Amino acid sequence: MAKMKDAEIQAMIQDLPLPKNILKTMQADAVSVGVTEKEMQEIIDRVMVGYKLSQIEACDAAGVVAAQSIGEPGTQMTMRTFHYAGVAEINVTLGLPRLIEIVDARKIPSTPTMTIYLKNDSGLVDEDGKADYAFDRDKAQSVAWDIEATKIDHIASVTTDLAQMKIVINVNEKAMNKRHMVFMEIAEKFKEKIPDAMVEVSEENFQIDLTPKDQRYRDLLQLTKKINDITLKGIEDIKRVVLRKGSDTEEYVLYTEGSALKDIISIPGVDMTRTTTNNVSEIFSVFGIEAARNSIITEATNTLREQGLNVDIRHIMLVADLMTSDGEVKQIGRHGISGEKASVFARAAFEVTVNHLLDAGMRGNVDELQGVTENVIVGQPIKMGTGDIRLIARTIDSDNPNLVKSVEKKTVRTRSQKNAADKAELAGSVQVSKDDLISVETADEVDDDEEWDDNVSMDIEETVTEVVEEEPKKRRGRPPKAKAEDEE
Amino acid sequence: MMSKRIQQIPKRISAIKFGLLSPKEIRNMSATNVITADTYDEDGFPIEMGLMDTRLGVIDPGLKCKTCHSKAGECPGHFGHIELVVPVIHVGFNKTIRKLLRSVCGNCSRLLLNETQKEDYLAQLNAVKGIGHMPDDLINEVYKEAAKVKRCPYCDAEQNDIKFEKPTEYLENGERLTPTEIRDRFENIPDEDIRVIGMDPENARPEWMVLTVLPVPPVTVRPSITLESGQRSEDDLTHKLVDIIRINQRFQENRDAGAPQLIIEDLWELLQYHVTTFFDNSVSGIPPARHRSGRPLKTLSQRLKGKEGRFRGSLSGKRVNFSARTVISPDPDLSINEVGVPLPIALILTIPEHVTERNVDFLKEHIRRGPANYPGANYVIRSDGGRIKITDINQEDLCEKLEYGWIVERHLRDGDVVLFNRQPSLHKMSIMAHSVKVLDGKTFRMNPAVCPPYNADFDGDEMNMHVLQTEEARAEAKILLQVQENILSPRFGGPIVGGIHDHISGMFLLTRKDNPVTGRINKDDALDLLRKTDIRELPAPAGVDENGEEYWTGKQIFSQILPEGLNISFSSNVGTKDMEEDLKNDAYVVIEDGELIAGTIDETAMGAFKAQILDTIIKEYGTTRGAQFVDDVTKLAIRAVMRTGLSFGIADEDIPEEAKIQIDMVLTTAEDEVQKLIQAYKDEELEPLPGRTLDETIEMRIMQELGRARDKSGKIADAHMGLENPAAMMARSGARGSILNITQMAACVGQQAVRGARINRGYRERTLPHFERGDLGADAHGFVKSSYKSGLNPTEYFFHSIGGREGLVDTAVRTSQSGYLQRRLVSALQDLEVQPDYTVRDTRGVIVQFLYGEDGIDPTKSDFAKPEAIHRIFRNVTGKEV
Repeated sequence: MAKMKDAEIQAMIQDLPLPKNILKTMQADAVSVGVTEKEMQEIIDRVMVGYKLSQIEACDAAGVVAAQSIGEPGTQMTMRTFHYAGVAEINVTLGLPRLIEIVDARKIPSTPTMTIYLKNDSGLVDEDGKADYAFDRDKAQSVAWDIEATKIDHIASVTTDLAQMKIVINVNEKAMNKRHMVFMEIAEKFKEKIPDAMVEVSEENFQIDLTPKDQRYRDLLQLTKKINDITLKGIEDIKRVVLRKGSDTEEYVLYTEGSALKDIISIPGVDMTRTTTNNVSEIFSVFGIEAARNSIITEATNTLREQGLNVDIRHIMLVADLMTSDGEVKQIGRHGISGEKASVFARAAFEVTVNHLLDAGMRGNVDELQGVTENVIVGQPIKMGTGDIRLIARTIDSDNPNLVKSVEKKTVRTRSQKNAADKAELAGSVQVSKDDLISVETADEVDDDEEWDDNVSMDIEETVTEVVEEEPKKRRGRPPKAKAEDEE
Repeated sequence: MMSKRIQQIPKRISAIKFGLLSPKEIRNMSATNVITADTYDEDGFPIEMGLMDTRLGVIDPGLKCKTCHSKAGECPGHFGHIELVVPVIHVGFNKTIRKLLRSVCGNCSRLLLNETQKEDYLAQLNAVKGIGHMPDDLINEVYKEAAKVKRCPYCDAEQNDIKFEKPTEYLENGERLTPTEIRDRFENIPDEDIRVIGMDPENARPEWMVLTVLPVPPVTVRPSITLESGQRSEDDLTHKLVDIIRINQRFQENRDAGAPQLIIEDLWELLQYHVTTFFDNSVSGIPPARHRSGRPLKTLSQRLKGKEGRFRGSLSGKRVNFSARTVISPDPDLSINEVGVPLPIALILTIPEHVTERNVDFLKEHIRRGPANYPGANYVIRSDGGRIKITDINQEDLCEKLEYGWIVERHLRDGDVVLFNRQPSLHKMSIMAHSVKVLDGKTFRMNPAVCPPYNADFDGDEMNMHVLQTEEARAEAKILLQVQENILSPRFGGPIVGGIHDHISGMFLLTRKDNPVTGRINKDDALDLLRKTDIRELPAPAGVDENGEEYWTGKQIFSQILPEGLNISFSSNVGTKDMEEDLKNDAYVVIEDGELIAGTIDETAMGAFKAQILDTIIKEYGTTRGAQFVDDVTKLAIRAVMRTGLSFGIADEDIPEEAKIQIDMVLTTAEDEVQKLIQAYKDEELEPLPGRTLDETIEMRIMQELGRARDKSGKIADAHMGLENPAAMMARSGARGSILNITQMAACVGQQAVRGARINRGYRERTLPHFERGDLGADAHGFVKSSYKSGLNPTEYFFHSIGGREGLVDTAVRTSQSGYLQRRLVSALQDLEVQPDYTVRDTRGVIVQFLYGEDGIDPTKSDFAKPEAIHRIFRNVTGKEV
């Protein structure tokens, strides 16, 4: 039989409701193996069955499972700050403290650090000066000097002359040239930054003398401190830069202590498409919320992986998505997600109990008892997992039989096709025993009637009609009329 | 039948509304006005209109509540009230009152914003509430905006600065605002203005934050205890209420007598103090009210707050019946789905069984045996709900009377589904369903393969068991919670149940190529190995030995417990990931059609967290077969390890003399190297590492050098320990311990560290007086040259203790930190649920993910998302390698 062409394979699989990575693998495999159309059909069928089986079930408490999957390995993590993999010179917070930091959505992490990749537009890897920044040590080093904050004690010896009440700075020419700095510029910087001191510059000895305006000992000391704080070159927040060859390439990579993403991007030679920082909030402010979400995922994954802990990325993604779902990075905790819950009880049971209760009273809040904690508190079954599936019956409204039908469509929610069928059967049997109940619509009739919201929904919109006289309040898809009553 | 069922459905609370109590409402719901500060009279009877008035509910047995006429225990209690002579501030609202005073006109009481602003804010507020967000920020903005206004837009009155002094003083232009004045202002705020500041005028008017009437909590909330001496000891709340009533009375008397303003103000302040501490006894700015003993009183706020408070302690933490707790111990002969329950527990815990046509005889037998003879029954419940205890006397009687529809609470029997739990319950596998196996003894028994999910060991651990009481619960437990359904962890999609310790040793010894004991197994031995499993037939023998006797290999025996048609190959724990090399060393496992062709079974094959074979079996044959495999593995492994024998003694740490010499040499050279480094450092010849000081550099270099030395010595020791050495065998198979442990025992303990650095604390410039000042040498900073076997010298011992202590502290700190992290994570994420359309939403219906995990795949079954799964399908269909 004839092997299929790439385009034919493409056409066969492109509309399948499968995740992209699976489709990609299928395409690649099909091309490399070479399949006939019959085989391909067989493969597609098997993949679809496999996918169905491995899909998450509706009503799964994905949140709790994610929380536990991240929290449980926390007990096995170390507390200590260790060296970064590969770069021994830079200390980075790792382990449990780092994980807490990420989840806390701190503005500044305890050890901000950046991994700066350099441009390689020419694509050359040779050593005789033709290569681009990424492969030329000298060029890379000069970028490093541009970035690292150079203070005076990096390039000069500073002595305080008490007798003459002045500070003498002797610039080390070698150190200065190494950092591509010019003496006069340094001197100018001092004049500019310390306007209230006398600056004497002696260009030939590379010497700068500073005298405080008032000839007081205290002023002299303050001045000493001040000059040590001045950034002569580079970016203020970047305290140190280490130049390293990448782990598996010959490429030079800069690792920094301190982080200033916004400033780094504009430095020539920096490849901003690959450069990152471990400061999530900085990524948020520079690149926006989606980037922040990705950053949370990578940071958390790396932290866990570094500890040798295996956590499925879906759990971390859920946490990251929850933290960022409102368009800003919110903390997991009192000042973020937990503090903004809809339920008064859930908030009160977490932290700052009394204040939440007082506020609720003042605002006249209503707790709808939809979540987990609230229902535990009032002693009711939790609407999640098996507790989320209910059989609901409705008596027919004899005056207006049409009303029932419309209501039914909205109350419909089921677990899966299989369960839906079971339920329909069950509902059917109940309904026979009661004459005043309406008949049950079968799944097929309502099939494509109602879309959830989406292009993402796959196929499970099966419908069961439900039977009981109990008040059939449903979380979502509650009939609008009932809602109006609540809110009055 | 139907009607009966519906009757059983309890009422559902659909929502709970919060609000403030208005004075009117407080009086309406009050059973009595409380005017006397006394509680009981001389006869010990509650005083009328006192704090223990029987209209407020009863706690003493024998008395009846005058409000609801029920007995103690049945009466829920009823509120009373105290008419306060003057209004006082409710501390809880002090900040809101401050904000309100600042944003409301002192003259006409209108919110200091113009109409358009008000409308605008109201619209924003409704919008925010509509999408279910917290309105706090917006409301604060309203307050802020209004407070900025210096002149009332309505009556043109100039606004004065309001100063607030914690906790309940408000000053306007330096003059104290009395609660009466504040209340007057608030009363005049129009309803529409109240809405703008996020309050609900129907349920919470601002003036209700200033109390004129104080609700008195029911007696049942503050029961008094009778001490052994017959003396009554009142609850803290009652004490506080007594104070309030006393001062209230005194205030009244003084005012009626026309006391000077100064005294009145003092009394007012005192009343305010008592009411404040009645609500919250930990307000900053005032001393907490104390008992005579000096213990601070526990008032309303304190009752609600914190871990042991009402919310976290009582409301979220439910207590249950039908549970048991005892020590656990291992029993590899049980299935992983079973739990061994001691007989004394089975006699007390019961299962309610409905009497039907089918089980009536069965249940009658139980009743006849009564509560003392196992398996019997403890109670019978009639269809009207009446509960009858089964005794020796009424046994026969009850059997005869027994009707369909009654319930018999029979003893726990084999096969009943129970929940089994070990704290801390860090993940869902900490509570799993087991089926009961009633056994002698006094401990719970479990298969050691389920230790990893519970994180249990048998050094005295206790576990809890819960007996399910309804059919629904049992069905759910069996389908969702049973151990075999939880073998795969949702954390990483791999097996979390699996062999540990001796299981791995056993399998390793059994399936190893050249084990002298299990290499050739005769028929009797082979059958004996498989005795505890269900396998009774042996395959064709592997060969015939010199005596003409048939023999089998360990690999063959192991193959018997594998499912037919299983194909898998992987590099084992001993393996190097280099297939060719591993095949030579019997370290590459090949299973073809359920037959172990090559390789040794070790941790990678069947250990918890790794278990390649188990993983494949579950994914291809289902959970039941997986559970069967674990059961068989544990049973076979224990018999195998018993047959070979496995012991570990101090002699097993011995290494040959030549190895000792080698190790000594390595360590001496390392010390020399260190000395050289120190010399270079002192001569200032040492080149600092980029970005490090010289001191840091020398420390790092020394650490590196010594670390290398330890690793080298460990390798030497390891090289002299073959697989016949139990420690080496266990470490390499992954059963227990590591090469590092062997190194420390046999060769060199290595550098002791505090905070990741060498030990540097102690005396001035030295760690111990045994060393010279400024000595940077290895032994002066915690390098332990000795091995555990050879013993540590005194300084080494001391450093080792320092390092050991750090480890202990670290663990202690970590547990509390990670516990809090877990609590926060769960609290934030618990309401997220996957919807039928595969979106993830919270309780408000807000979408957090449009498709769970971006591909809708369950992490437990996440293997499917990996390319290998697709490759496999291609291979199976086309028969070609991908």
